[in-house]
Amino acid sequence: MNYLNNYSVSSCQMSLVLALVLLLFVHMGFANEEATPVAEDPVLEKRLVELSENLRCLVCQNESLAGSRADFANDLRREIREQMKANKSDEEIIDFLVARYGDFVLYNPPFKATTVLLWLGPVLLFSGAILALVLYLRRRRSLVFEEPQQLSESQQLQAETLIRKIEKE
Amino acid sequence: MMRFLLPLAVFIVLVVFLGIGLTLNPRQVPSPLIDKPAPVFELQQLHDPSKTLASQDNMGKVWMLNVWASWCVACRDEHPLLVQLAKLGIVPIYGLNYKDERSTAIQWLKQYGDPYTVSIIDADGKVGINYGVYGVPETYVIDKNGIIRYKHIGPVTVKSLEDKILPLIKELQG
Repeated sequence: MNYLNNYSVSSCQMSLVLALVLLLFVHMGFANEEATPVAEDPVLEKRLVELSENLRCLVCQNESLAGSRADFANDLRREIREQMKANKSDEEIIDFLVARYGDFVLYNPPFKATTVLLWLGPVLLFSGAILALVLYLRRRRSLVFEEPQQLSESQQLQAETLIRKIEKE
Repeated sequence: MMRFLLPLAVFIVLVVFLGIGLTLNPRQVPSPLIDKPAPVFELQQLHDPSKTLASQDNMGKVWMLNVWASWCVACRDEHPLLVQLAKLGIVPIYGLNYKDERSTAIQWLKQYGDPYTVSIIDADGKVGINYGVYGVPETYVIDKNGIIRYKHIGPVTVKSLEDKILPLIKELQG
């Protein structure tokens, strides 16, 4: 048992070391590819990352333009970089992309007729749920705290005979 | 009765919505360029780089712009159909050779057939960005006034040609 435990720990350590070594290589790969432009102009590069974090990469749809390593994302980043160098504002660049790729490139879609449900849906659902809860609680309270009903004469008689019967026993 | 009817109704609505969601293709992003003027370009021709082709040259006729590349696997799927369509001579097809090597592209056309009236070179993909290209192949139908009337994303199929593209071209040429 002891031997087994020791063995598993050392193999665990081994794989950890291996993973770290591999991670080192991965990191070097990143550095090789992406560090060059940062050195060129860190301010612009920071602006690029901030802007493209809110933009969707259309090829790999759940990745942002900043995080994607797809060729397409690279092209768009290059395009954005060029426009930034040409002193275009963030709004102008976003307008440029929306004109070509639609609102779908934005992770933060604008509020308009076609997106009303998207924006207000959660609010509607929530207020619906609150309304249902309030109605339910009211009904429940009226059930719990309802005035005790007066017994009719026959019911009164029935109750009394029942009580007497129990007392006798 | 209400106890069961209400959850059932909610459940049915949910199923309907999820069902609709399943039939949608998340890759088909509607293009904002439909019914807008086709972005202007002037690019070198693939077979003769000393000559250029400008989008304005096609004013006055209905044409198709097919974005293709030799590295694009799905382009191979649609290519026989384009070759066939070109033979019918209904509509001129222009090829936008997207981010490709010139020599490989020419070789590719030799191998699979060349349906294009003219192919033009978009080596760095800049014109592609202007057209909102994000997945090759893509096909545009552009009318006599240079307005984009239809965009097909992904390989053109017989169904899409018969149902949409050809009727639209006939109507535009009318």
